[in-house]
Amino acid sequence: MSEHRTTPGTDGPDLASVENPVAPSGDTVRVERAAAEPERASRGAGLMGGAFGRNLGLVVALLVICAVGAVTAGDRFASVDNVVTILRLASITGVVSIGMTFVITGGGIDLSVGAIVALASVWATTFATQSMANDTHWLLMVFAALAVGAACGLVNGVLIAYGNVVPFIMTLATLASARGLAEIISERRTQIVPSPDLPDSAGVQGFKDFWTADVLGIPLLVVIFALVSVAGWFLFNRTTFGRRTLAVGGNPEAARLAGIDVRRHTVLLYVLVGLCCGLAALMFIARTSTGTSTHGTLLELDVIAAVVIGGTLLTGGRGTIVGTVIGVLIFSTLSNVFVLNNQDASTQAVAKGLIIVVAVLLQQRLARRSTTT
Amino acid sequence: MRLRTTPSRQPGRRLPGLVAGAAAVLALSACTGSAQDAADDEEGSSGSTPAAASGANDESGDTVTIGFSAPAADHGWMAAITDNVRALSDQYPDLDLKVATGTNDVSLQISQVETFINDGVDAIVLLPFDGAAMTPVALKAMEAGIPVINVDREFDDPNAARVTVLGDNYGMGVSAGQYVCEQADGNEDAVVAEIAGIDSLPLTQDRSQGFEDALAECGLDVDARQAAQFTVASGEEVASQLLQAEPEIDFLWNHDDDQGVGVLAAIESAGRDEFTMIGGAGSANAMRAIQDDSGVLKATVIYPSTQGADGVKLARLLVQEKAMGDLVEVEVPREVQLYAPVVTADNVDQFIDTAFES
Repeated sequence: MSEHRTTPGTDGPDLASVENPVAPSGDTVRVERAAAEPERASRGAGLMGGAFGRNLGLVVALLVICAVGAVTAGDRFASVDNVVTILRLASITGVVSIGMTFVITGGGIDLSVGAIVALASVWATTFATQSMANDTHWLLMVFAALAVGAACGLVNGVLIAYGNVVPFIMTLATLASARGLAEIISERRTQIVPSPDLPDSAGVQGFKDFWTADVLGIPLLVVIFALVSVAGWFLFNRTTFGRRTLAVGGNPEAARLAGIDVRRHTVLLYVLVGLCCGLAALMFIARTSTGTSTHGTLLELDVIAAVVIGGTLLTGGRGTIVGTVIGVLIFSTLSNVFVLNNQDASTQAVAKGLIIVVAVLLQQRLARRSTTT
Repeated sequence: MRLRTTPSRQPGRRLPGLVAGAAAVLALSACTGSAQDAADDEEGSSGSTPAAASGANDESGDTVTIGFSAPAADHGWMAAITDNVRALSDQYPDLDLKVATGTNDVSLQISQVETFINDGVDAIVLLPFDGAAMTPVALKAMEAGIPVINVDREFDDPNAARVTVLGDNYGMGVSAGQYVCEQADGNEDAVVAEIAGIDSLPLTQDRSQGFEDALAECGLDVDARQAAQFTVASGEEVASQLLQAEPEIDFLWNHDDDQGVGVLAAIESAGRDEFTMIGGAGSANAMRAIQDDSGVLKATVIYPSTQGADGVKLARLLVQEKAMGDLVEVEVPREVQLYAPVVTADNVDQFIDTAFES
């Protein structure tokens, strides 16, 4: 058996195939394409077109939060500066969530994202890396973070796909060990960029200047989030890679019979989310001018919450990038509205839980209504 | 023992004899108080323990086995606690230290203490992750005849510890609040913001209470308060939003200099400089910024990272049946509470050597 994960048995119908009835031996790729048909039909309506019906509940939730913010905080909420603040807050979680959408749609889960972010941020900011970057180019730090992220993803992916370790367990192990390694490397110190020990940090200074720059008045972090979202959407909805992800998550056995190399594809998914973590680590360094082993603490929970309320099925086989982006925005806007009203974190946490439940309930109702037409 | 080298900084709450002249009233002037009677030995900036003046107590005695357990060193202050403890074992040949792996998992910390009890150590020095949760196992140790020295986070039963070494969280808030009052100079419209640490911890609540009480003395109140998580990233996240929420701030107190690195990054990227920021804990970074005097950070309130080491020294005295040299009392006291002075550009040189690195 080449089953790379414990699905509830190929004879038991899983959620995805209930939604899109698949003959177990059918050409899943074609079926997936057919399942995506309603979205294709409305392509003329642009990026939000097909997604809009399914994401209506989310949009409503976001608008409600915005309305509450506008009423309670007035101009302080509805200002360009504040919107930029919200987007900046959303950007790091957002980038990782895009990668996570692929993994969850592909039938996996990655609990180690926060720890990988910590490890990548520490590795890219050690004194050694910084002085090398100082002598060459700050891109070295960027390379270090991305390489560490991708390498962690590769380890996760290979052991899950070829070692048959359950994704939940494997990434739980990485969660513990990557953060531990980050603590060892940094000796639990906060590594400042540019390091105060560097006699002349002109080379590393370029890193800071670049990453904290504004593009036409928009912080680079927000631009990166936007680019990653668009690229993610394109990859997910317009390429073979995206369709294979749906197929692998929906029914790995059928995908294998249809000629997809399920194992290799699984590895690629984890490498992709690892790359997103590397990028997020760079964004953390940009925002805080430090790399530490505490970066990304509990990030995995925020990310998974955003992906799930966005409408991606935890069982795999169905996903949406647009939903994920709105999900991330809901949480960051919520947090912003609470801070503007000087509310404490505990109230915020309660509201967060309620939002998750309400959004998912709304979504299910609206999704049912739109599929029955 | 810093209690002896710097009497002006360490009033004990119930020990009138402990302090040379300073009452436990937290006065800002105390940190410029009487000169130290013994010059501190040189220390590294990583916050190694200042060596006490040699006295009869420092002479080697019977070997003392001490078990030490503290939370995970996930930020600079907590790392310095354990570093300072380790530095002691080089200082005292008669000290056999067993340092357990730092953990934020209460059940693991309980089992560490149980292991110490089974090993039959002479004393246990415990900085609990959560004081209340560690109380039963500390009682068990006391019942087994092993004295427990409770550091920083208090048990909820006074019988669970023989000695308690405390920082002064409430006093930190008071010191910060009094500094704000002093700077505000009668302006009762000053906008005061506060960025707290982890809000569910009693220590955070004490700090905020002290801050509020001291501000009330001069008719001020906290206009905006948000809690972070003692981490750089959380400090940045909370600060960037708080700055957005409050277009005009006069004073900002941030509870913790570790998360302060993030707070300062947020202030820098927002391009704000209309207010005075006060830090907390007293990291070397913060003190260097105060020395530079170029940014918004003008002061920080000390929360000594040498508490664990003080606990171990007291444990050693206890087991060797010695007492604290400068007291008439022939036993080690029940409780020692350390002082929370304000560090400003005027007196930063006095403190920077014992500061911890973030």
